[in-house]
Amino acid sequence: MVKTSEKQSFDIMSHDLVPLHIIISDKEKKELFEKYNIAPENLPKIFDSDPVIKSIGAKPGQITKIVRKSHTAKEAVAYRLVIESNE
Amino acid sequence: MERARSITKKIGNINFSLLSPNEIRKMSATKVITADTYDDDGFPIAMGLMDPRLGVIEPGLRCKTCGLRVGKDKCPGHFGHIDLAMPVIHVGLIKSIRDCLRSTCRECGKLLLTDKQREEYCDILKKYGTEHRDKTYVFKQIIKDSVKSDKCPHCGRETSKIELDKPTSLRESGKKLTPSEVREWLEKIQDENLPLLDINKRTARPEWMILTVLPVPPVTVRPSVTLQSGERSEDDLTHKLVDVIRINQRLQENRDAGAPQLIVEDLWELLQYHITTYLDNQTSGIPPARHRSGRPLKTLAQRLKGKEGRFRSNLSGKRVNFSARTVISPDPNLSINELGVPIQIAKELTIPVRVTVHNIDWCKEMIEKKATIPSDPNEYCPSANYVIREMEGMKQRIKVTERNAKDVAERLETGAIIERQLMDGDLALFNRQPSLHRMSMMAHRVRVVPHKTFRFNLSVCPPYNADFDGDEMNLHLIQGEEAKAEAEILMKVQENILSPRFGGAIIGGIHDHISGCFLLTQKDRNIPIDIAIHILSATGFKGKLPIPVIENGKSHINVKDIFSTLLPDDLSLEYKSKSCFNCETCEGVKCPHNAYVIIKNGVLKHGTIDENSIGAFKGRILDRIIRDHGMGAGREFIDNVTRMSIAAITLFGFTTSIDDEDIPDEAKKQIEEGLAKALKKIRSLVHAYENDELESLPGRSIEETLEMEIMKVTGKARDTAGEIAGRHLGLNNSAVMMAKSGARGSMLNLSQMSGCVGQQAVRGERIHRGYQYRTLPHFKKGDLGASAKGFVASCYKKGLTPTEYFFHSMGGREGLVDTAVRTSRSGYMQRRLINALEDLRVERDGTVKHSGGQIIQFMYGEDGVDPARSIGGKAIDINRIISDIKEGV
Repeated sequence: MVKTSEKQSFDIMSHDLVPLHIIISDKEKKELFEKYNIAPENLPKIFDSDPVIKSIGAKPGQITKIVRKSHTAKEAVAYRLVIESNE
Repeated sequence: MERARSITKKIGNINFSLLSPNEIRKMSATKVITADTYDDDGFPIAMGLMDPRLGVIEPGLRCKTCGLRVGKDKCPGHFGHIDLAMPVIHVGLIKSIRDCLRSTCRECGKLLLTDKQREEYCDILKKYGTEHRDKTYVFKQIIKDSVKSDKCPHCGRETSKIELDKPTSLRESGKKLTPSEVREWLEKIQDENLPLLDINKRTARPEWMILTVLPVPPVTVRPSVTLQSGERSEDDLTHKLVDVIRINQRLQENRDAGAPQLIVEDLWELLQYHITTYLDNQTSGIPPARHRSGRPLKTLAQRLKGKEGRFRSNLSGKRVNFSARTVISPDPNLSINELGVPIQIAKELTIPVRVTVHNIDWCKEMIEKKATIPSDPNEYCPSANYVIREMEGMKQRIKVTERNAKDVAERLETGAIIERQLMDGDLALFNRQPSLHRMSMMAHRVRVVPHKTFRFNLSVCPPYNADFDGDEMNLHLIQGEEAKAEAEILMKVQENILSPRFGGAIIGGIHDHISGCFLLTQKDRNIPIDIAIHILSATGFKGKLPIPVIENGKSHINVKDIFSTLLPDDLSLEYKSKSCFNCETCEGVKCPHNAYVIIKNGVLKHGTIDENSIGAFKGRILDRIIRDHGMGAGREFIDNVTRMSIAAITLFGFTTSIDDEDIPDEAKKQIEEGLAKALKKIRSLVHAYENDELESLPGRSIEETLEMEIMKVTGKARDTAGEIAGRHLGLNNSAVMMAKSGARGSMLNLSQMSGCVGQQAVRGERIHRGYQYRTLPHFKKGDLGASAKGFVASCYKKGLTPTEYFFHSMGGREGLVDTAVRTSRSGYMQRRLINALEDLRVERDGTVKHSGGQIIQFMYGEDGVDPARSIGGKAIDINRIISDIKEGV
């Protein structure tokens, strides 16, 4: 067996099962909080150690917009707050 | 009215901590030293487990500590304590003890971390604290890091491996640590290091995890019961405490007498065992303490844990007032949102009514009615049971009796509350367990009826999953106006016709309702006017009579016109009925089986009304009426259609009996021939297999191929037998009518009764278990034939041979076991789901939020559609919209 010391690089974002993640701007952030009338802590969270977050390079405190395929609505938009992982 | 007073204090937060030995002694009313409870005269022994200073349980006696009695003054009971001769480990805290030992030095009690590491962790903890983040991971990391170091960075002592011997003993590099040694070690840990060990230094010390004093709960917590024989029976906790005291005493005596180390250690171990089981009698690794009868004792942990524990049984679930339970029975004359309540129950259950200037006369009349006794016991005359008056802040509750009724009525003033008996038209919640979905609890309008059972319309059986083989159901009365309004809008039966499971009706015509409509409309015919009027009168029809036709000199009315009276004027539909034969080319209007339904502007033009028209799940007419005219119209339609069809079926008569399954000899012969052919085919397959001539299917072994081929043949054999039987039974057969109209049963059931039962299977395979190489001793070893492997060639009518019967029972047993396993498993799954989802709710903006404000979904179901109002799960019915536009509606 041949062991490669290099990490196999593979762009997970191109995988069919990984939904689209976008870091949203401060303006969009403000709009989001106003639209749902919430504080950032009320958003669903995602660890910064998550492969997708690492891949798009989001930092704790930023918010990603996630566009998923949906059975019921074709496309569903969700937002997640990036938080520091415990590890 | 009551509410304002009930919220006086609100719980801000709850803190769990450890009790220090000093605290235990301070709160103790007495030291307990005697293992006995009562002396020979039946008086509690002082400093015994039933010491009167621990509280009293007999009414009338006064507590020696607080001087209160048990009844009115409510002496809450007082704790006592036992001084343990030697310290003992608390089982519930053993893991924390281990962690403390692992991460500290035995010599100096400091953390096995360098000052730099310690500083870092302190910073992380402080940071997590301000961010309100979960710190458990950090604590785990601290222990992990401490265990790594092999020398104490502060005093240089070499660290040793601490191992936990479940449940309560600890070893330091193989050598057993006594609880005293552990305690000494824990005492050395400095206060400033406690936060790093997940201990609040203000409320707890690690050495408190080792018991030196045991609190004795008050007698009110462990009351003894006096049996009829005059014998006293003590609570399980008392029994266990007796054991603890006894061993504690022996340990003390032995130790003081200077007994050998071995004996003292044994007793110490025993004391540890008794205290461990006193705290938790299901600790793994030790045998549970048992009662004399062999029943395991219910000790502290058992009182709280599990389904019968304090939390799930007493705190999450409580018993309620204003409820009733009795056997249910059917009543086709009630509307689907009505409920027949027995007089006896109606007299007992009450609804509060506040007396105002507007209703005072009515209230007085209500109270006075108590004195009048109806001549007929089946006549119901609602009255009032209680009058609640408020005088100078004191509540006065007066029971209304025949004697004082007049008097009480006269003195009635506004502001009082009368508790009046149940009346026709009251709204009440009706429920059947298991309450698996929201339709398991619906609001009905009460109708007080004689006799002793709850009665309701048969159409509401499916949502409750009720039948009348002895089922009981519960009734809950609504006591407040807000609750009443809520129930009215959300819980009434008609609001729940549409199920959120699939966006269709779950309440509709069933069984005889469908048979009745089928009988009425199957043949396009005219019926005598008097019969027609009788059927129409059942629905309370108040319109113009359909135009009669003259036949043989008498007036007749067309059956379709009778049914059409129930349909709204704007209803137009076209669909295939359940009795459709699925012909290759559908002839539509000219359907020879009258199975193509056409409704134009509320008039049934063609077709048979059956399950596909009025049934739950599939009823097209029902579905359309609910969508276009609302739930109220839907309810009315179900009420009327069921009444009409019951009237029709009683008039025409309908019966099914065993000779419905009779088929002519000629048909029997055909079936036998068909089966013989199939058996021959199987024999040839087996023959081919034995001669290695069988060709295997792709991806299958030869054996699997053979099994599959045989299964195919047996399946086909049963189908052909059923087909032959079905052909000879004909549509005039009541059983066939029920199967074809969708009222009850299927053609498969019929073919099993009069054709052939077919192949029996266990785990989806032909039956193969039993004796060595054969299923039963009636067959040769290695027989692969049809009858040796569970093919039942007989029909139920003819009867099964003994071997067939056995195989049939095997298949039947598997079905029973499967359902039993399924219910228990799905029940647990549902419990976990409910626990996870119970405090989510859909906000007005369509988001799903947790009670803490956390967003769970940004749009409910991602599309924001209420499944109960959806059309088969879709938000809109595009076909309907297109057809409506085409017709220019």
